[in-house]
Amino acid sequence: MRLIKTKTSIDFLSQTRRRVALTISAIFVIVSLVSLSTRGLDFGIDFTGGILLEVGYPQAANLEEIRTGLSDAGFEDAQVQLFGRDTDVLVRLPPQPGQSAEGVRERLQAVLESGGQDIDLRRVESVSAQVGSELAERGALAMIVALLLIFVYVMIRFQWKFSAGAVAALAHDAIVTVGFFSVFQLPFDLTVVAAVLAVIGYSLNDTVVAFDRIRENFFLLRGVSAEDAMNTSINEMLARTLITGITTLLVLIALLVLGGESIAPFSIALIVGIIVGTYSSIYTASATALALNVSPQDLIEPIKNPELIDDLP
Amino acid sequence: MNKYPAWLNAFILAVLLAGCLFALPNMYGSVEAVQIADIDGAAFDDTDLAEFVMLVEQAGVTPEAAFLQDGRAVIRFDSTVDQETAGATLKEAFPREANVAMTLAPKLPDWLRKLGLRPMSLGLDLRGGVYVLLEVDMETAIDSRMKGYQQDFDDRLRDARIRHRVDLVDGTLNVRLTSDDDVEAARTIIERTDQDVLVADGADGRSLTVRMSEAQIKERQDFAIEQNLTTLRNRVNQLGVAEPLVQRQGVDRIVVQLPGVQDPNQLKRILTATATLEFRMVDQSGDEPGSRRYPGRGDTRSEVLKRQVIASGDQIIDARTGSDQGQAIVSITLDSAAGERMLQTTMENLNRPMSTVFIETRRETVMRNGVEEQVTVKTEEIINTATIRGVFKNRFQISGLTPGEARDLSLLLRAGALAAPVYTIDERTIGPSLGQDNIDRGFNAIKIGFLAVIVFMALYYRAFGLIANVALLSNLVFIIAMLSILGASLTLPGIAGIVLTVGMAVDANVLIFERIREELADSVSPQVAINAGYDKALSSILDANVTTLIAAVVLFAIGTGPIKGFAITLLLGIITSMFTAIVGTRAIVNIAFGGRKLTSLPI
Repeated sequence: MRLIKTKTSIDFLSQTRRRVALTISAIFVIVSLVSLSTRGLDFGIDFTGGILLEVGYPQAANLEEIRTGLSDAGFEDAQVQLFGRDTDVLVRLPPQPGQSAEGVRERLQAVLESGGQDIDLRRVESVSAQVGSELAERGALAMIVALLLIFVYVMIRFQWKFSAGAVAALAHDAIVTVGFFSVFQLPFDLTVVAAVLAVIGYSLNDTVVAFDRIRENFFLLRGVSAEDAMNTSINEMLARTLITGITTLLVLIALLVLGGESIAPFSIALIVGIIVGTYSSIYTASATALALNVSPQDLIEPIKNPELIDDLP
Repeated sequence: MNKYPAWLNAFILAVLLAGCLFALPNMYGSVEAVQIADIDGAAFDDTDLAEFVMLVEQAGVTPEAAFLQDGRAVIRFDSTVDQETAGATLKEAFPREANVAMTLAPKLPDWLRKLGLRPMSLGLDLRGGVYVLLEVDMETAIDSRMKGYQQDFDDRLRDARIRHRVDLVDGTLNVRLTSDDDVEAARTIIERTDQDVLVADGADGRSLTVRMSEAQIKERQDFAIEQNLTTLRNRVNQLGVAEPLVQRQGVDRIVVQLPGVQDPNQLKRILTATATLEFRMVDQSGDEPGSRRYPGRGDTRSEVLKRQVIASGDQIIDARTGSDQGQAIVSITLDSAAGERMLQTTMENLNRPMSTVFIETRRETVMRNGVEEQVTVKTEEIINTATIRGVFKNRFQISGLTPGEARDLSLLLRAGALAAPVYTIDERTIGPSLGQDNIDRGFNAIKIGFLAVIVFMALYYRAFGLIANVALLSNLVFIIAMLSILGASLTLPGIAGIVLTVGMAVDANVLIFERIREELADSVSPQVAINAGYDKALSSILDANVTTLIAAVVLFAIGTGPIKGFAITLLLGIITSMFTAIVGTRAIVNIAFGGRKLTSLPI
């Protein structure tokens, strides 16, 4: 079975296409950044601190009743929502200054139980604001360290212009993925940070595979322009890029549909990130390297690696 | 061409078999069990085990299996009813000597267990339980040490007849002297008392300031953490939880994980409690230096108590609850030094009153100048004052508490006091129903996702797709085997990591197979195409995996909680997938197609 014929020759990197891609990327990144700065993210209590309760009711829960009960008890700022099923309810509270977490939780529990229903306390999380901001800092730190290390690795294996291309693509993917969470106000928790980092890993995987082929073709196709060599490489890798994208998306869709509500944000982040990452490894990465005037000479070093020459047919 | 030497094939097979063996314990599920641990951490032997089994059988319950594990006895049962009966029997038989905990034990056959193999453990989000992150109040730990110095210097300077005043302000001791001439003498005395403290001249030339050195502060902090770890472990053991985890995290934090615990409130009350006791004589004249007034609890009268502490909580080696004429009492046993002091005191002070002070520390958030601030609040209350009617030494009783308080207090005194107060800063409780849901959903996602990829690969790459699928399956086995060997916990994000690995692990094979197709399209012979496909794809595969590996390592190193759980399976998955996708599939391809004349490939 073939999704696409073996030898495609789509001119991915033509001036017009590059311009269109640049425009699309720019729009996505700008929309993401604007949304991030105006709407922000719907941070989970992992980052803001606060109290979260997941409660299972024997029958479909009456959210209005719960909301009224909570606000009567002085929890006006409680967020109440269904969680996956109509019997499961999620209650979130921001940190309550001047009160002990235990006290608040016990009162919350009392309010929820006051309906006379036999409720199942499925999950209780109480994070102090201090730990919340630390977790946020560590998440950001992880992201920066990963990007830096990857930049260095690609620089050693290839060359700085490729490195810049790869990191541009990764930053693009990370921004658009996080931006997606901001635009649609999806819950942003620790698992989403992990997902964004996995997206970085995945997208880089794609980019590096393309670069690898570009390097090979720079050696093979002497006298061909950098743009053409890159175009050929992307075409040659197209089947692989799509197949791997499809298999990964297959499992992620299974995870999104079957994995339950608590890892849904994680699955969504990965699905968005992998779609964006596949696009960016075709356009953003190569186009950036090209914009920096990458040329075969950048990679050819005088007799440093004689075995490589032996390998050439 | 395309033949692996026999030894390499044998090696690959051996690795695969080993993987299957290590993953095997996960196939058996778990059953209800009772775990018995010696309260002092000593190991049980076969005689002990036989005794436990005999007790259980006398209660009319037949164990499904009984064995020793890490010095603890584990007895498995067929039903929850049996487990509960046996647990109650054992608890009754050994109320003090052993911790009897209800738990779930893997239902491994004997031979696997004897090989020392175990299934991977499940994280709290999959099995239910409580996670608490505690912060140790270092300021209080340092402060209490400084108070010790304050008293020491005060005593020594008085002994040397130097007129002085010692105040503790913001962690620094100010030693004020009445005469300039005393400065050097005081400095010598202080430095002789402790040569590590930093002594500096005060601003007015007639005083000294004393601080702890960095090394001393560090030492004090380490001591506070270590002491707290020990105490918390003791307390957790007193609660009878199977497989508890009490671990230091960073400079001033302690993680406590208790699988299966359902009531976090009681747990936290016990963990973070700082309740302790002090015994002091009442200052009947009311004007001895250092005496001060303590409030009484409830109806108890307030009293002026002397500065000297006769005995305090950390000198109590045993405490038991009982009742006397309907009133809750705690029977106290002191260590020998405190016992001697108590003997001395009671001999010298017959018919004089002595008070028992109940001390508790907690943290409160207050608004100060419009800013939220955490302050430590210490409550010291007299719970009873009694006239000394006779001489006693290290055993006596106190009253003045409610039955609940008496029970908690005696547990706390037995487990030892915390060297510094601890506060909960992060707490997560997962109920058992959610844990089971998470397991069901997670495994369902793995199953369906895996099936989808397998079907896709078989359709797309035909025979080669089937070979990739074998590699994918063995990759899953290897991940599970590695998790079991490492004793790492599987969490829900960990399952997500496995799912993601399944999707990404085929990448290596896709790269190889696409390359083979390209070579075939260039009219290269099938054998050469296979060889070239594997060879040329290798550098791409390595580059791609190393970069993902970098991301996974960073996640593992910097991440916390759910991120770490995800990183560990991703990390293992990448490593094992390189083996299965490159070496594993090549071996099968070589056996199936290698060394033969082929005109085409089923790819």
